[in-house]
Amino acid sequence: MALILDPNIADPDGFYDTLLAAHDGLSAAESADFNARLILILANHIGDRVILTEALLAASD
Amino acid sequence: MVDTRYSTEFTLYPYNKQAAPSARQPVVIIGAGPIGLVLALDLGQKGTPVLVLDDHEGPGQGSKAICFSKRTLDIAHRLGAAVPMVEKGVVWQVGKVFHGQDKLFEFNLLPEQGHRNPAFINLQQPLFEKYLHDAVVAAQSGRAPIEIRGRNRVTAIADQGAFVTLDVQTPDGPYQLEADYLVACDGARSPSRDMLGLSFDGRVFQDNFLIADVRMKADFPTERWFWFQPPFEGAGQSALLHKQPDDIWRIDLQLGWEIDRAHELDAARIRNRVDAMLSSQTGTIPDYELVWTSIYTFQCRRMQDFRAGRVFFAGDAAHQVSPFGARGANSGLQDAENLAWRLDLVCKGIAAPDLLDHYCTEREFAADENILNSSRATDFMTPKTDVSRQFRDAVLHLAGRHAFARPFVNSGRLSVPCIYDGFAGFGPDALNGPAVTRPGAACPDAPVADGFLLDHLRAGFTLLVLGDGVAEPVTAAGVTAHIVHIPTPTPALAARYLGDYSHAVYLIRPDQHVIARWPDFDANSIANALRATLGQEAAHGADT
Repeated sequence: MALILDPNIADPDGFYDTLLAAHDGLSAAESADFNARLILILANHIGDRVILTEALLAASD
Repeated sequence: MVDTRYSTEFTLYPYNKQAAPSARQPVVIIGAGPIGLVLALDLGQKGTPVLVLDDHEGPGQGSKAICFSKRTLDIAHRLGAAVPMVEKGVVWQVGKVFHGQDKLFEFNLLPEQGHRNPAFINLQQPLFEKYLHDAVVAAQSGRAPIEIRGRNRVTAIADQGAFVTLDVQTPDGPYQLEADYLVACDGARSPSRDMLGLSFDGRVFQDNFLIADVRMKADFPTERWFWFQPPFEGAGQSALLHKQPDDIWRIDLQLGWEIDRAHELDAARIRNRVDAMLSSQTGTIPDYELVWTSIYTFQCRRMQDFRAGRVFFAGDAAHQVSPFGARGANSGLQDAENLAWRLDLVCKGIAAPDLLDHYCTEREFAADENILNSSRATDFMTPKTDVSRQFRDAVLHLAGRHAFARPFVNSGRLSVPCIYDGFAGFGPDALNGPAVTRPGAACPDAPVADGFLLDHLRAGFTLLVLGDGVAEPVTAAGVTAHIVHIPTPTPALAARYLGDYSHAVYLIRPDQHVIARWPDFDANSIANALRATLGQEAAHGADT
């Protein structure tokens, strides 16, 4: 399996809204901490090191 | 004169005036620390004469290295030194990790049964050295050719091509010595390295750690307790509490980079920090005595090449790591056992000197592995950037709540022996057996009818025959692999060495590393594996 880079989330506007809402009321530092936790949780869910490496590459592109 | 650089804990090898000029020595070792003593014991017990020079008369004061691993104890056991170590040492296998007030999780190092030695013991380094020295004395009375000269300081080293000359200073003046091979086991600040103008490069970590060893009666359990962001005052970024024998506790506090060392070593100031730590755990300040204090910084670095002509480097002289993970002395002992059998075979004229080069390839690889692990632990403990701190704190936050985050928590990955996967001189792996015993691995212990497996892997090359099978000793390249036959393996032995098979044949090096394995005895293939290990081309056509 490869990293999915085509649309894969139903209701993208709704998810985007929820993602931003999770940061409501957080300072820049708190948001950075939140994002770090979120990345670790999602990375663990994916688990596959090949896909994680592809994601790191896609994010730095 | 020979200056005293530090006070010694015990006098083990007092100075004796040399009566006669020394003849050429096969092997001279500089430094009678743990690495030098193990190398001397291993060589001497194999019958190769060895002379150890040390500029003091015993181990320096201070507990220093305190965590000794199972592999270290297995090596010491082979050399006859481990029983008193394990008797005296504090056996531990449970660790707890805290973040502030909260316990994040705990771990158990060796849930697996069927090993003679525990996963780790804590023992003050001077005692570790004393027990090794006791084994040297016992070996000497059994006529092992080991000599240790105290207050003999090497002041110059010259590689003459065919041999090495050493200038040695003693209280009665200087003398000169010749050696076929020289091994520098003289520690992280190795004067030998400097004398030969060899560099020692790597990464400096900008942090200071305070060690306070305290003697007290306390009923803390025998566990390793580690705090990130400790909740007690004056403990800095992290704190460690760990038990040693004789009611001594190791306390290790991470003070940061910008400190005044002399000020922080003031006993009253240290007591304030220790008081805060202990009272936060017990509610009161127990009576205690400061036994040893020290502030250290550390580096992760190694020599480019562990060999310079006829001079070899082992232990901290060759490589240095942070203390997290106990990869200093423990990896140094693995250097010593890796070099001992090679020097023995070369000095006896059985193997070509090329065999010694593989010491470097294997142990430089091991040093890189240790430096990698040690650097990663240090990066986790002392984040260098905002984002590395954010991820570190995210891991600690999540680890208290979810199991998935716990493996990321890194307060040191404890020392395990390096596996020489894919190195020259190993293989074939003709058995689809367990991974823990694949070629390149150090043999794990296992119970056998009359004790433990490693007791049978003591000298020379071994053919370990498990289950039914016919085998005979195999001689190739000047060495003979002797048979150890265990017809009915215990379940633990079968699990570690047989897997789904009912029988197998293992070829094992003198340092208890697996060379190759087969389902059945095959004299030609075994002979070829032996030749490859000894650096000789396999005899082409011999096994067709």
